Amino acid sequence: MSDVKNETATVSIMNQLADASIQAQSPLFHADLATVAKSGPKTGGVTFKEEALLGHLTLRLNAENPDQMKAAEKVLGVAVPTQPLTSVTKGDVVVRWIAPDEWLITVPGLKAFEYEAAFQKEMKGHFQVVNVSGGQTIVKLSGKNAKDVIKKSSPADVHDSQFPVGKVVNTPFAKSAVILRRTGENEFELVIRRSFSDYLWLWIQDASREYGLVVEA
Amino acid sequence: MFYIYCPYCGEHREEEEFHNHGQAHIERPLDPDSCTDEEWGNYMFFRKNPKGLHHEIWVHAVGCRKFFNVTRDTVTYEIKEVYKMGEQPKVVAK
Amino acid sequence: MSQKNRLQSGGRIDRSKPLTFTYNGKQYEGFAGDTLASALLANGVDLVGRSFKYSRPRGIVAAGAEEPNAIMQLGATEATQVPNVRATQQELFSGLVSGSTNGWPNVDMDIMGLVGKLGGKMMPPGFYYKTFMYPQSMWETYEKVIRQAAGLGRSPKEYDVDIYDKMNQHCDLMVVGAGPAGLMAALTAARGGARVIIADEQNEFGGNLLSSKETVDGKAAAAWVASVTKELEANENVIVLPRSTVNGYHDHNFLTIHQRMTEHLADRAPNGQIRARYHRVRAKWVVLATGAHERPLVFANNDVPGVMLAGAVSTYINRYGVVPGNELVLMTTNDNAYRTALDWHDAGRKVQAIVDTRKNPTGALVEAARERGITVMAGSAVIDVQGSKRVSGVSVASISEDGSKVTGSVKKLSADTVASSGGWSPVVHLSCHTGSRPQWNDEIIGFVPGKTVQKQLIAGAVSGNFTTSGALEQGHQAGAEALEKLGLKAADVAVPAAAEVKESKPMALFHIPHTKPTSQAPKQFVDYQNDVTASGIELACREGFESIEHVKRYTAMGFGTDQGKLGNINGMAIAAKFLNQSIPETGTTIFRPNYTPITFGAIAGRDCKELFDPERYSAMHKWHLENGAKFEDVGQWKRPWYFPKAGESMQEALNRECLATRESIGILDASTLGKIDIQGKDAREFLGRVYANAWAKLPVGRCRYGLMLKEDGMVFDDGVTSCLGENHFLMTTTSGGAATVLNWLEFYHQTEWPELEVYFTSVTDHWATMTISGPNSRKLLEELTDDDVSKENFKFMDWKPATVAGVPARVFRISFTGELSFEINVQANYGLHVWEKLFEHGAKYNLTPYGTETMHILRAEKGFIIAGQDTDGSVHPYDLGMGWAVSMNKPFSFIGKRGMQREDCVRADRKQMVGIKTIDPNIVLPEGAQGVFDPTASIPMPMVGHVTSSYWSANLGRSVALAFVKGGLDKMGEKVYYPLVDGRMVEAEICSPIFLDPKGERQNV
Repeated sequence: MSDVKNETATVSIMNQLADASIQAQSPLFHADLATVAKSGPKTGGVTFKEEALLGHLTLRLNAENPDQMKAAEKVLGVAVPTQPLTSVTKGDVVVRWIAPDEWLITVPGLKAFEYEAAFQKEMKGHFQVVNVSGGQTIVKLSGKNAKDVIKKSSPADVHDSQFPVGKVVNTPFAKSAVILRRTGENEFELVIRRSFSDYLWLWIQDASREYGLVVEA
Repeated sequence: MFYIYCPYCGEHREEEEFHNHGQAHIERPLDPDSCTDEEWGNYMFFRKNPKGLHHEIWVHAVGCRKFFNVTRDTVTYEIKEVYKMGEQPKVVAK
Repeated sequence: MSQKNRLQSGGRIDRSKPLTFTYNGKQYEGFAGDTLASALLANGVDLVGRSFKYSRPRGIVAAGAEEPNAIMQLGATEATQVPNVRATQQELFSGLVSGSTNGWPNVDMDIMGLVGKLGGKMMPPGFYYKTFMYPQSMWETYEKVIRQAAGLGRSPKEYDVDIYDKMNQHCDLMVVGAGPAGLMAALTAARGGARVIIADEQNEFGGNLLSSKETVDGKAAAAWVASVTKELEANENVIVLPRSTVNGYHDHNFLTIHQRMTEHLADRAPNGQIRARYHRVRAKWVVLATGAHERPLVFANNDVPGVMLAGAVSTYINRYGVVPGNELVLMTTNDNAYRTALDWHDAGRKVQAIVDTRKNPTGALVEAARERGITVMAGSAVIDVQGSKRVSGVSVASISEDGSKVTGSVKKLSADTVASSGGWSPVVHLSCHTGSRPQWNDEIIGFVPGKTVQKQLIAGAVSGNFTTSGALEQGHQAGAEALEKLGLKAADVAVPAAAEVKESKPMALFHIPHTKPTSQAPKQFVDYQNDVTASGIELACREGFESIEHVKRYTAMGFGTDQGKLGNINGMAIAAKFLNQSIPETGTTIFRPNYTPITFGAIAGRDCKELFDPERYSAMHKWHLENGAKFEDVGQWKRPWYFPKAGESMQEALNRECLATRESIGILDASTLGKIDIQGKDAREFLGRVYANAWAKLPVGRCRYGLMLKEDGMVFDDGVTSCLGENHFLMTTTSGGAATVLNWLEFYHQTEWPELEVYFTSVTDHWATMTISGPNSRKLLEELTDDDVSKENFKFMDWKPATVAGVPARVFRISFTGELSFEINVQANYGLHVWEKLFEHGAKYNLTPYGTETMHILRAEKGFIIAGQDTDGSVHPYDLGMGWAVSMNKPFSFIGKRGMQREDCVRADRKQMVGIKTIDPNIVLPEGAQGVFDPTASIPMPMVGHVTSSYWSANLGRSVALAFVKGGLDKMGEKVYYPLVDGRMVEAEICSPIFLDPKGERQNV
């Protein structure tokens, strides 16, 4: 068993990954995006790509506690952003501001437990780190009409003056909700919930239809 | 459709991101067991319905999930101020 | 050329692009640039409908959104039918198929016309209320007949094939209307760097300039419009929306726009393009430049086809190259309308006379008319019109200086067209949408937008500024003011010059007198669409309706699809005059969204069919589909309901699933249960406050069931919470209650007990949860794990980490079936893998998948409640016989404790949950059936509680039910009766809700 046996531990964490012989299935696994990418159009106004099977960690801590902030920085290699609606990226670690005491961190899928354990080791006091990797996935929308698809789906104002690269918001998206982050001039990242992923995949196909949708595997 | 400033996210967002939680500044009695039925009834059931300024709790449900207070004019629907939990309103009915 | 009213040249139509279209089954030809209305007029089609009440023939009156009569049914096929389209706003396209909506069986010969001919006495105001409201039960029948006869268009019977969608927009400045004022406002703001959206309902920008011969900036008005539009389109911060009606203006500067994207191209949108888009705009500032509608005058027989608005006649001549008749009589209260006579004259047709209600009109336009030799009859009015399907002549008489009575003899003039103008009414509709009441302005004889709390500016005719030069200037000012308010720098924009025309003072006149009193004069129409007449309004006032809102409702004035755009002000003026008060004293009715009718498709957008509501799936959904599951909606989740095998009925499938689970092993996908990860040193304390029972001593590795109550003591959710670590818990909630419970926890934490150190994070989607249940479930689990799940080392209500089928899992030994049961949680990415492995190994045990229905049956056999089915917000734990799940001795007064102690909550005769056994074991009571103690009691029988859960139990070979019965917990063994809708009286016995294994031995093996 892979759970942490620590006499002083007051929380229970475990490595939730199976060995590599067992295929993990991302929420969009059944959409078979690889086949769609192969047989679908190669040009269009919107490009869709899933960044499957990353490690997703929800972090809660007190941003006014310098020790905790320092510990988080030590674990992540970068300070968690305290400016609302911003994100930071360091290597393959992305930290998104969700609330004054909440961040969504993504790390390579195989490293989720490593980070979880590091937080437990480094951080003192009242905090929470929860592995939520199975419950969500990331899709990237890019292309010259990516913004139009987002405008059809979300009330967020994605104009350049209001939504610079790196900004992140929790926002309604169609009849679901996503964490929306701008990752480039014409590129946005959506963190979507597993149970809504089929619905959102359908929605995005529909909303992109007039611009042409390219799927990348 | 209101446009509500979230004091935690620091920007205005559409009403569909928020839920109203009713009248603000209702404190749960510290010792419910010693409340008379009347006191408890007032806490449980009685709410203001002012024409004019009203202090309400809203939550940024599809957002940072934080609760905060809003002072709103129930006639014009103007939002006069938003303030965090534990703070007192600056705009009050005269 | 068949277009007999078409001019050889002029207008904004393209004579090289003829378009054929159909109206009422007949083919006609128009040109690109026409509206359906201008094309019909070009072809000399006078009749476009029959009136609502009197079935009088009606023709085209206006040239825009205010048109009350030319309301069309469009659509070449059943699926593309669109009702109630204003012909004046529908652009012509090749192949357009249209028909009149008013008039049954047809516009030329109308059955209801007989009613109309019998005269006004037959159908006074309030006729429908007075005649058809009784008996009430017949209203639906009456309504059908009335609606068919009146003809309000019809919706398609087939699914709409077109695509509609929505878009969210944000801007610094939203400019509504692209006439001279709107264009200047947008231009000024855009040059200053503002994000601007400018929308106009017409296909081209320019507003009134499109139909005028004016010059702006020394060039033709249209050229100026084109250059400004081009500049706006080139600015990437400006969104230019033609064919876009700003239909609603809501709180905090939220506006909705209905953009018709392809409705002007074809019967259905080409190549899957969007037919209409609904924009939801949030604007920091708004400029309303909505213009004004001309007000018709109210005179006898003013509804005969050929009676039109003066400005509309000019529009048809100047914009569409159509002169809608040969002999014109113009009646006006102002100089402005003289332009129509000039346009008519200049088009080479005869102007019989300009009938001016003013004693002594002067001014440049009056002079221009006289110079052309046009007869000006001052101090006179058209008091009556001759003709039935087309004007054939008019009666003119001199009137008193105040316009209240006819003073001279009646003179008849021949004419086929009457243009009338009573001045202009600002389009205050949008400003009204936000709750602002319009204010009367004596100067311009009209209502202008009143005070508002919105960040709103107004410019142009909507503010009463009716001249082009004034509109340009005011538009510029509005744009500049917006820039200043937005904190942007001023823009360098010169206001272009427009000719100033000196006009003399208009006369405030609305209702033209007749030689007979209003009540006896021929009908003088105020509201064409609802057939409201001047005498009708007077009658309403006589009958005691003095508030204008009451007059409106009683007469139905302004209730048509045109919302009284033409008639309301006249109606108010007539009521004011009759009540002997001023118009401001009488007040005005206000307008609501939408400004013009909007197709349901645009409102629905893409939220239809499979996208109507999200369907949430678990990680094992694919397996369920492949294995023939029938699904049940639980909130937005699609949960397997049952898994029928070929040829099985639902009951047969349920029987099989229930028996298999109790005899061997069944499996349930429980992933939809809400799951909340709770951490913090005060987590225990918090749980103790939000659950009715105690949590202080729950050891790590153990699970506990809890009831969650509202402050009033009533159960609102339940679930098992497990102690993962000393400061770490996993709470489960009902599938439907997950979001509510999390919000509930946050609410209490953030607003009442912020001092408690606890965090909550939803992990509902993260874990795939599968429950194996039944005597063989341990054997199956042991095959898939090396961890010790033995009876001795893994007890009932224990949890432990284990590796199942190679996947790290948390396994909970909890049971909702009463059987030996394990709930396996793995990261959802492995859910399907583990599920399939269980089946691989479970085949030899006849592992049987079951859905929500079997789950419901199995738990009902055990008397376990389902929150939301057996509870409805009015039952507390003691009502449920679940006092064991309440700990009254906890130090903190938990949520619901005080509430439960209210007088009403401690009555002995409260309805309490019990089991119900029908005496005839084969009868399954319907859920919701009400019980009675005395089956012989007379109706209404005293009801003692209802059945909340009821099933056939294959395991017990009989029906089982859970029900609420007054004082039921003290009535074990007593009888209760259920009178059913079908007349049966079902006899039943009150019993323990635990029908099976009352000692709980089966789960403790």
